[in-house]
Amino acid sequence: MTVTTDGDVILEIENVVKHFPVRGGVFRRKDYVHAVDGVNLSVRRGTTFGIVGETGCGKSTLARCIARLYDLTSGRIEFDGKDISTLSTGKMRPVRREIQMIFQDPYGSLNPRRRVGSIIGDPFAIHGIASGADRKKRVQELMERVGLNPEHFNRFPAEFSGGQRQRIGVARALAFQPKLIICDEPVSALDVSIQAQVINLLADLQSEFGLTYIFIAHDLSVVRHVSDQIAVMYLGKITEVTRAEKLFTTARHPYTGALLSAVPVPDPDQSDRREQIILVGDVPSPIAPPSGCRFHPRCPKAVQQCVTDEPALESRLGDGPDHLAACHRPMAVGENLHDFRPAIDSSERIIEVPGSLLPDDAGAAPADPVRAQAEGSDA
Amino acid sequence: MALLEVENLEVSFRTADGVVRAVRDISYHVEAGKTLGIVGESGSGKSVSTQTIMGLTRGAQVSGRAIFAGQDLLAASSAQLQEIRGAKIGMIFQDPLSSLHPYYRVGWQIVEMIRLHDKAMNKEQAWARAAELLGLVGIPQPERRVRDFPHQFSGGMRQRAMIAMAMALNPALLIADEPTTALDVTVQAQVLRVIRRMQELFGTAVILITHDLGVIADVADEVLVMYGGKVMERADRRTLFYQCHHPYTEGLLQSLPAYDSSRERLRPIPGQPPSLLTPPPGCPFAPRCPYVMDRCRTEMPALDPAGETPGHLSACWLPHQSAEREQARRQVMEAEPAGSTGAGA
Repeated sequence: MTVTTDGDVILEIENVVKHFPVRGGVFRRKDYVHAVDGVNLSVRRGTTFGIVGETGCGKSTLARCIARLYDLTSGRIEFDGKDISTLSTGKMRPVRREIQMIFQDPYGSLNPRRRVGSIIGDPFAIHGIASGADRKKRVQELMERVGLNPEHFNRFPAEFSGGQRQRIGVARALAFQPKLIICDEPVSALDVSIQAQVINLLADLQSEFGLTYIFIAHDLSVVRHVSDQIAVMYLGKITEVTRAEKLFTTARHPYTGALLSAVPVPDPDQSDRREQIILVGDVPSPIAPPSGCRFHPRCPKAVQQCVTDEPALESRLGDGPDHLAACHRPMAVGENLHDFRPAIDSSERIIEVPGSLLPDDAGAAPADPVRAQAEGSDA
Repeated sequence: MALLEVENLEVSFRTADGVVRAVRDISYHVEAGKTLGIVGESGSGKSVSTQTIMGLTRGAQVSGRAIFAGQDLLAASSAQLQEIRGAKIGMIFQDPLSSLHPYYRVGWQIVEMIRLHDKAMNKEQAWARAAELLGLVGIPQPERRVRDFPHQFSGGMRQRAMIAMAMALNPALLIADEPTTALDVTVQAQVLRVIRRMQELFGTAVILITHDLGVIADVADEVLVMYGGKVMERADRRTLFYQCHHPYTEGLLQSLPAYDSSRERLRPIPGQPPSLLTPPPGCPFAPRCPYVMDRCRTEMPALDPAGETPGHLSACWLPHQSAEREQARRQVMEAEPAGSTGAGA
């Protein structure tokens, strides 16, 4: 079940699963972190595919699976018409030229004891292409292309600011004119004014080289700006995937709705107008994910079916094949999640603490400010 | 009379590379019950300025005054500060894991805080109060969770526990330094909601330090924009977002992706933030400013009233009346059409 597209598909992911073993518990029981649990998606050439989700939803693990930095537990990845999911390290090497990654932390992803020129030259060294003066020339071209001064060839990473270091990471990824670049939170560690510089650089490179990006970020406004398609992940599953604009105008999955409403908008008027849906509690553990729909313990629209049956990722409410949601009770346009109360047994839910300051959007008695005040002041 | 009045605060650190002037002559005030948002990028001095007030910047050279409820915090002895910290001014930091002691139960840490300041309370009462506070910030089964260790809490729960601790003694002022930066958006929404409710119930004033303009738009009453250790602009929330005066504020707002369907090119601020070692004599933003004039490079403008809104202050040589200012800007832009293009290196 993937988003069907008429364009040329460069990456096709089928039912990818990645579990990490964790040892522990009483009887030395072996548990698994269900980091990615059956993900399907397809990415068209020359476009940007955004993946959003909260900490622990599996978005970075999925990225690393695609780059084959992790071996898959199961599933299939087809890149440019070729199944790469089980290639050996040696067979994978030529493919690695075409799939590159840019990482979040521009401090942690560059070796502090090596000069920038040699860091960016690494891909050439590893693949045995261009040496000596020729390599230096190509490295300097790359530096120039990403907006670094080529004369800084012999400097160390510490001599660069965060934004410049991210440019170094971009230059390194570009060395062999890859087809696909996986950007894992590429601007999250940067200041706002610098973020925009890097985003523009990525956009320029995309149009210049026809690059395809997988863009992972938790900042929804950035993802919205750069992406053609966006997938939302929750606890190892894709909950919704569609064109970027549609996600923001007609979100079907209540989790998407809650996520969108929680994003702070840098506009006081919009910020005052919007009704925030505040989810109760935290994301459950990926070691023992909830049954059925994984969002059901926090979902205001949950019904018994959500506890027992896992919803398929498919078109809902008459959406076209480019808009899929894994939800038994998708949201209609204009629907307000505040109007719903979960109709499932309370043992299946994460429940708000009575008297807490968090309002209750998921069903328990509304927080009573008078009572909270009394509790707060009498002690 | 404002609750906290900071005047001419200067903070510098001696380092191996020279003297870092982290905060340069800033003044601001916080009204009781209001939220002051301080926004700025890394190295703008936003955190140092509040940490100094709390006596938390050891080894710094500090001058100026910070009058809190009639007392100058910068002149206070460490014993006096100890009494104010926690009881009258609560603090929450960015990283809730490193601000909780990993070896002690969460409840114990709240109890310690309470009993240090409130000698009348016995142990059981303090533990009961700690549990009640955890419940108040929305931690499920507080009577049980109060005996948990910090590692048993999720990130959002830890930050909520920090809020509970900070609010335990009903302080008049809460300083929240990037309280939600390490958290996911849905958890961020929870934490901001708790802070806001606390404020409504107890009339606490809040200084909220953040780099996220979205959070500012959400919760701040007044906003202070800092850059290179200086205050660039101060305005109420609406004025800041809709009628900002300072080119730095304008640049910050413009560099955000529009929250709509447009995918037009972003307009970043070219260049890099300034070094705080030997800052240039003029405006720290001058090297990146699209409207820079000769004067900007040599003289720092004062933080003067700007525009038509009372309380709106801006440190910029551009004329402070909007009509004249527009004209001046246009002149600068026409004379030097470099503008805000280019990525800068």
